[in-house]
Amino acid sequence: MNKREGEGWSRRNVEAAQEHDVHANPSSPVVAAFKVFQQELDTKHDKYERLVKISRDVTIESKRTIFLLHRVTNVPDVEAVLNEAEGKLDAVRQKIGLIAEELRGEDIYQFHRAFTPGIQEYVEAVSFLHYIRHRSLISLEEINARLVFMRTENGDPKGSAEAPPLGAHVLTFQVTPADYLLGVADLTGELMRLCIGSVGNGDIDTPFQLSQFLRQIHDGFSYIGNTGPYEVSKKLHTLRQSLGKVEDACYTLRVRGSEIPKHMLADVFSSRTTHMDTEEGVV
Amino acid sequence: MSEMSVTEMFSYIQGFLSADQDVREDIRKVVQNLEQTAREILTVLQSVHQPSGFKEIPSKCAKARELFCTVRSQLSELKTKFPVEQYYRFHEHWRFVLQRLAFLAAFAVYLESENLVTREEVAQILGIEVVREKGFHLDIEDFLAGVLIMASELSRLAVNSVTAGDYSRPLRISNFINELDSGFRLLNLKNDPLRKRYDGLKYDVKKIEEVVYDLSIRGLAKESESGGN
Repeated sequence: MNKREGEGWSRRNVEAAQEHDVHANPSSPVVAAFKVFQQELDTKHDKYERLVKISRDVTIESKRTIFLLHRVTNVPDVEAVLNEAEGKLDAVRQKIGLIAEELRGEDIYQFHRAFTPGIQEYVEAVSFLHYIRHRSLISLEEINARLVFMRTENGDPKGSAEAPPLGAHVLTFQVTPADYLLGVADLTGELMRLCIGSVGNGDIDTPFQLSQFLRQIHDGFSYIGNTGPYEVSKKLHTLRQSLGKVEDACYTLRVRGSEIPKHMLADVFSSRTTHMDTEEGVV
Repeated sequence: MSEMSVTEMFSYIQGFLSADQDVREDIRKVVQNLEQTAREILTVLQSVHQPSGFKEIPSKCAKARELFCTVRSQLSELKTKFPVEQYYRFHEHWRFVLQRLAFLAAFAVYLESENLVTREEVAQILGIEVVREKGFHLDIEDFLAGVLIMASELSRLAVNSVTAGDYSRPLRISNFINELDSGFRLLNLKNDPLRKRYDGLKYDVKKIEEVVYDLSIRGLAKESESGGN
């Protein structure tokens, strides 16, 4: 009884409120102004959401490429793996092309937060592949040079066939120095895993190359120090840990390598890394 | 371009970063001056809460309008500190002060005309653009945030105008805020700072309604209405 009464009340209230809104609606300049704001905000939020979605796809595909690349340590045909990774990254670049398209005519920093995770992951993947191929650090220019997209005006599909070069335009995407830096910081984690993985396979040269490369990157980050964005200083800590693990690995190889037959090294190593992992858990 | 060594690459990036820091440093200096002027305008406009201030509203608004000239010149200095297409790269530095200035402009316009300021008017008072494509502009969310700050200032004004013996003002403020509230209800806000601020609007509405209620049950609202006529 009471409850029903309550319901009736609230319904009447809602109706009254709606009536109030309707009354306020048509004539008021305030409401007219807010209708314009509504549209503008909705357009902006929609674009943001679309970018988040593309960025998420870029992240997932880049992660998969990285997993694929980790397989090079125990696969006979390295080149096949690298080519497959290159193909995957081509697909990722197409997605980044979609981001560039969304950002056409916009201030890219307005939407930067929407796509920065994806771009960082892409930098990580593409620099990982580059390292495995060339044993060097990919430059920001090299990354940006591959993010140039030819687009034909796709206003109507019939027209595009008739006038190919005239309607075509070039779209570019520029990775920011900060995103590049953060991607490279993530790369060091992958290099550490690659190092441990290659030791497990009895590869003795790679760990030493890797430790040298990681040390150079570490020195680079120390040089930048706290002039970089805030996230960089956070990642520097993880970078130190990765470097420590790789240096320990090289140490073990040097000390024990001369004593233990090559085929047994893997066992020595795996016991050592698990020991290190538990240590990390305690700290 | 030939292969870059790791060291070269990092010093190249470092160059970017320190240039960026220099720009931020410049912006910060100008923004500090802007904040100073904004505080001065606030002091001028806040005197309308004083019992004696109600008679001086037009002169206070005129004074505030004068100070907005300083704001315009400071904002045009700010524009020279960075490339215009990188507005949102440095947005955080002036976001707060621009919201305050939007509030102050909206408040002054309300006191003068008892109307809601348009975005164009605020932009004109501050000497900036409305749309991004034309240059340094007033972001829509900053404008709306400024309007919301004004709403809580008006709820305060309603209380103080009763104390000062002006019984008709709260009714006008109440109508105005209700209209503003139905305007904001049209927006689909995300879970962002603007939404958080909007959630405070209902308390301002409530407070003004209480003032109006107090006046009505004592017959004060009617009295002033007939007195006004």
